[in-house]
Amino acid sequence: MNRTVLDLWVGFFVAIGIVALLFLALKVGNLSSGHLSDTYQLQARFDNIGGLKVRGPVKSAGVLVGRIVDIRFDPATYEAVVTMDVDGRYRFPKDTFASINTSGLLGEQYIGFEVGGDEKMLSAGDTIVKTQSAVVLEKLISQFMFNKASEGPETK
Amino acid sequence: MADLLQPIRQLGQAVTQRIWRLGFAARFFVAILMYSGASFRRLPLTLREIYFSGVLSLLIIMVSGLFVGLVLGLQGYETLQRYGSTEALGVLVALSLTRELGPVVAALLFASRAGSSVTAEIGLMKATEQLKAMDMMAVNPIARVVAPRFWGGVVSMPLLAALFSAMGVLGGWLIGVVFIGVDDGAFWAQMQAGVDFRYDIWNGVIKSFVFGIAVSLIAVFEGYDSVPTAEGVSRAITRTVVTSALTILALDFVLTSFMFRGTS
Repeated sequence: MNRTVLDLWVGFFVAIGIVALLFLALKVGNLSSGHLSDTYQLQARFDNIGGLKVRGPVKSAGVLVGRIVDIRFDPATYEAVVTMDVDGRYRFPKDTFASINTSGLLGEQYIGFEVGGDEKMLSAGDTIVKTQSAVVLEKLISQFMFNKASEGPETK
Repeated sequence: MADLLQPIRQLGQAVTQRIWRLGFAARFFVAILMYSGASFRRLPLTLREIYFSGVLSLLIIMVSGLFVGLVLGLQGYETLQRYGSTEALGVLVALSLTRELGPVVAALLFASRAGSSVTAEIGLMKATEQLKAMDMMAVNPIARVVAPRFWGGVVSMPLLAALFSAMGVLGGWLIGVVFIGVDDGAFWAQMQAGVDFRYDIWNGVIKSFVFGIAVSLIAVFEGYDSVPTAEGVSRAITRTVVTSALTILALDFVLTSFMFRGTS
């Protein structure tokens, strides 16, 4: 069996196809930077998750440290249970504060970790106790308006 | 009375004919899979088909990808600048290409560029009784002619779709960053933050693989099942392009609704 020019062309074709795939994976996608290799799962309970979505980011100090993998409703406590995959390189204290924040005014929502001072660290499967729900803009506005209305006459 | 029943009879006949062909196509697919061992043992046969359907489609795929990317860049910029978020151009271009346009448009081009020529080749082989001659010489035409062409298409399609997407992203970058002046760092950073490898790119690859199987099967089947006359072959080629296009778009809808449901 001899090597032919045709083999060269097919090899060239397969090679640039793989290069294109690598380009997509490394330059377009986040396989190089945002890939979480070994992760551990944490849970958090929220009264209201707002517009939080599965695969949304988990950030601490603005840096991506994990991804949301599951959002469930707990019918016993009427709370939302959010499960997150957190990068195995990072450990957080037991009293870490998880809040739902929005990046920018109309941006996507993410879970932000504010680190406490506890000596003990959260381990896989733990639930974060201290949480703050998403801010619902309508509630905020109505609260503001009711406050204004109730204090209105006194200020005169 | 006979005149009244005629349309109903024709309808019934058309439906029966379609179902008949569908069943034959399914049996044909199983036969290809059964006899495809030979096309891997005799690799040069398959390599030749990868050359004809893949390498020769390179130019059209790359040029079309580039132009689709250019157009996406221009139109995306037009819309995004109204909301002052032109940095999101990268993620817009990359997501629309890797998820939908890359696999779908590459498959449509592949069906009309390579699928039609495969149908023509097999159809003409049938019309000139080469397939029968092979049978006479105890060479199975499915193993010798059909399976290599099928696998050539299946192997080529994901690579072509990846190339299409990559060229499209480069096209979007060319328009957005080089010509219009969107910030280079923001363009790539937003893209990398918004595009997930497993979720977006890998699902696109799976899509193009499924399209490759569908288009290749339709192409070889229409050729093998064509009426062995000049007119029959030309009809078969037309059917290949039309059926492939419809199948690709329908399959794309089904796959999208499975892969990208609700999340993100």
